[in-house]
Amino acid sequence: MTSTTPLLEVSRISRIIDGKTILDDVSLSLNKGDLKVVIGPSGGGKSTLLQCINFLQVPNSGDVFLAGQSARAMGRRNICGFRQKIGMIFQDFNLFDHLNALDNVAVALRKVKGEKKVQARKRAMSELERVGLADKFHLYPSQLSGGQKQRVSLARALAMDPMVMLLDEPTSALDPELIGEVLNVIAQLSLSGMTMLMVTHQIGFARHLTTEIIFMEEGRVVETGPPELLEAGPGGGRAADFCAKLAEVTGR
Amino acid sequence: MTPPAASLLSPETLASLSEFLQSALFVAQGCGYTVALILLAMSIGLAVGLPLSAFQVYGPKWTRRLAGLYIWFFRGIPILVLMFMIYFGFFNIIESVCLKWSGKPLTLSPFLASVLALGLASGAYQSQIFKGAILSLPSGQFRAALAMGFSRTSAIVSIVLPQAMRISIPAWSNEYSILLKDSAVAYVLGTMEIMARTRFMTSLTFTHTPYYLLAGLLYYLLTWLGVKMLNRLDKMTRIPGLGHDLKAEDHLQAD
Repeated sequence: MTSTTPLLEVSRISRIIDGKTILDDVSLSLNKGDLKVVIGPSGGGKSTLLQCINFLQVPNSGDVFLAGQSARAMGRRNICGFRQKIGMIFQDFNLFDHLNALDNVAVALRKVKGEKKVQARKRAMSELERVGLADKFHLYPSQLSGGQKQRVSLARALAMDPMVMLLDEPTSALDPELIGEVLNVIAQLSLSGMTMLMVTHQIGFARHLTTEIIFMEEGRVVETGPPELLEAGPGGGRAADFCAKLAEVTGR
Repeated sequence: MTPPAASLLSPETLASLSEFLQSALFVAQGCGYTVALILLAMSIGLAVGLPLSAFQVYGPKWTRRLAGLYIWFFRGIPILVLMFMIYFGFFNIIESVCLKWSGKPLTLSPFLASVLALGLASGAYQSQIFKGAILSLPSGQFRAALAMGFSRTSAIVSIVLPQAMRISIPAWSNEYSILLKDSAVAYVLGTMEIMARTRFMTSLTFTHTPYYLLAGLLYYLLTWLGVKMLNRLDKMTRIPGLGHDLKAEDHLQAD
């Protein structure tokens, strides 16, 4: 792989469900270490985009390349290996309810990577330490706060050594005072060089860390550009309009 | 106490009492057969019901249709008909085929036919229990597992079923108590379980009430014991936040 090849390349993907076009010819690319942020009104296809990138939903056309490898060429069996290299974070955490924090992180190491129990738990513990939850390892998801749950899910994704992380509104289901602890972990990750694509409404956060803003509406990428794109205020383009509206509601 | 008891315990009454106790013991020994019948049938039902439920929820269309067909068939036929169908129909075919090909006669027991009939039918019912439990789980967990690189099968086995099975225990204990009482039908094939022994004694002695009371008591005890054990299993495997916590409603204001 040469330095000019993007780490993740999404090439002209479309997704049509029941005759309705959810994604319309979307392309984007991430170089190693990039944090790109996808914003836009709900129903604009942002979540579908993320799920098409790791082929949880198979796009009707187009392809995704991870380090130059085509997802479409993988076939049904190898797609699991492809997904393994892409970490995914969900709005509602999706922790496994029957496993405590430690085993939530360790289970995929054992069942997907085939590691021994002791080894997997050791790795899981160090990932929980990384997100500051080592002392909560024995608690079940229902015994954790929203912010803690999301941090466990970050640890769970990191344990798989992903090349890229996809984050689907990681703070949208959190109480306002818990958003900070999750954003901190994400910021640290980005600074340590993790490549990430994040859907969020945290415009302030996005502005500080991101290399590029991608504005999506009605299944299309409408605008792309540096974070300054958002600062033009009303009348400065669709993305700026949208942000101005968000600011009106949140008062920021 | 002593004088009336002495007159009650005349040699004749004592003899008939010991006779009854002996035959009661004979009937009670049927518990072994009944329990074996139920355990095997429940196991077959579990082995059939679990994959059926997974196919119904996660399988491709043709497996869903096949599972539907199975369930429709076994839920639509009375246990008694099913037993006759297996014992006199299916087993006869196997026996004659076996005789034809290997030359050796093969006899399949009524017990096996009863186990199969009860087990295969229970599989249909159990699949509906597990299906309901799977559908009650938040679907995001399955998606999260796939996103981490789990195959569909291993996500079902390691993530979905451990939760679905825990949630299913109360409904499963209901299935146990129904199956236990359905097992009485097995007497028609001559499986020597509680009911068959009861019938045998009543036709031998021409007394009915005490024997049927005894049979009822035995079924009651087995139901109570099994349900009690499954309740304990439910408590032992319970995980905070998984399934419905009845206690959570205790704090609400009463009417």
